[in-house]
Amino acid sequence: MPEVIVEYQAEIWQSIGETFIMVGFSILAAVLVGLPLGTFLYLCRKDQILENQAVFSTLNLLVNVIRSFPFLLLVVFMIPFTRWIVGTAFGTTAAIVPLTVIAIAHYSRLVEQSLLDIPKGVMEAAISMGASAKDIIFKFLYVEARSGLVLGLTTSTISFISYSTIMGVVGGGGIGDFAIRYGYQNFRTDLMFYMIFIMVILVQLIQYTGITVARKIDKR
Amino acid sequence: MIKIQNVTKRFGDYEAIKSVSLSVNHGEIYGVIGASGAGKSTLLRLINLLESPDHGEVIVNDDSLTRLKGRKLREARQSIAMIFQQYNLLGNKTVYDNVVVPLELSKVPKQERESRVMESLQFVGLDHFKDQYTAQLSGGQKQRVAIARALVNNPTVLLCDEPTSSLDPNTTAEILSVLKRINENFGVTIVIVSHEMEVIKSICERVTVMADGEEYETVTIEPAGIQKIDRSAQGFVERLTDGGEPHA
Repeated sequence: MPEVIVEYQAEIWQSIGETFIMVGFSILAAVLVGLPLGTFLYLCRKDQILENQAVFSTLNLLVNVIRSFPFLLLVVFMIPFTRWIVGTAFGTTAAIVPLTVIAIAHYSRLVEQSLLDIPKGVMEAAISMGASAKDIIFKFLYVEARSGLVLGLTTSTISFISYSTIMGVVGGGGIGDFAIRYGYQNFRTDLMFYMIFIMVILVQLIQYTGITVARKIDKR
Repeated sequence: MIKIQNVTKRFGDYEAIKSVSLSVNHGEIYGVIGASGAGKSTLLRLINLLESPDHGEVIVNDDSLTRLKGRKLREARQSIAMIFQQYNLLGNKTVYDNVVVPLELSKVPKQERESRVMESLQFVGLDHFKDQYTAQLSGGQKQRVAIARALVNNPTVLLCDEPTSSLDPNTTAEILSVLKRINENFGVTIVIVSHEMEVIKSICERVTVMADGEEYETVTIEPAGIQKIDRSAQGFVERLTDGGEPHA
């Protein structure tokens, strides 16, 4: 193992842990809030079962605005809100707040797009069978869109890792922050490259897992 | 059994159905035929309120569907099955899991489900395919799965929207034979929409000819009636070619 890695072993493990915490909470927020929000966006569209132009336009605009923010500015912009929610604007816990907000907006859009790929006839069949909105979502939409939803979550997770690298500005830590502070700013370019390498491996693993799972569950 | 009374349906400025009334008897096989854009599919979709009429009333099994909302409407729909031209099966579910869906929706006890699904699959001759995914099936087999799914909940009405339009002649004959058996064995009322004259002639007892969103005429399928539809069809062809009105 390279000497520099051994030297900074404790800090590296800590930064990996911080990245996992930030990305983990982002994935959780994406699934628990982004998935229902994306589904609701889809169902509020024209000709859908919960069609509501006002609600759709409002949510659509909100998701677009959040996604339009340069992430660094979103983090800074949200400092008062973050402080209100978690009592501090600094540290890994504080970093989770803007990350979850972008995660929800990011994944909800991908969920909506996945649901739009389902043939219209599937929805018609569901309605003609007397399915309720809950049945339509769980017995029809998620069943048919499941591989798209997994691929969307894979793409989102990789974006969350990328977003997490700049959380150093609010003391969030993580692999990216470690690479900048210990590698770039300390003139330890080799350390920075090793950190980049770790992130590349991490992204490759996530992408491979996502594609494999999506392929396995897609029977269409 | 099915009564459509002065039903009108608009899509924006376009009037797809213009005050149509018709009545389908219990246990009848009823056809709706017409050229593309005549409004026949819209008319069919009005029967289970996949499209809501702007005016008029739809009565099925003595329930005025146009007055029902929410759960009552969903429950009424569970006895009105429907099959589609593109089958509309769930590609990520096996044949068995596709057919069991209506039973899950109507909360049939779990212990009853398997026997009913297998009975339905046996009826359409696909019980050996129960564990296959629908992508592995031919068009005719997919339509038979759709029929099994429609049949499993013991519907009183079966709506068929161009059920054979994507199929070759042999498979079309198979599907029509299955529909006929459903009608004979279970007394299910069938309404079938098609643009194929042969399909209508071979299976229906009465047929409504649609033209420009209106009921052009309704005839009984018997030699005289068939001649009448043939004349109507000829009339449509002439109208398309010379801009004249269809002949009665």
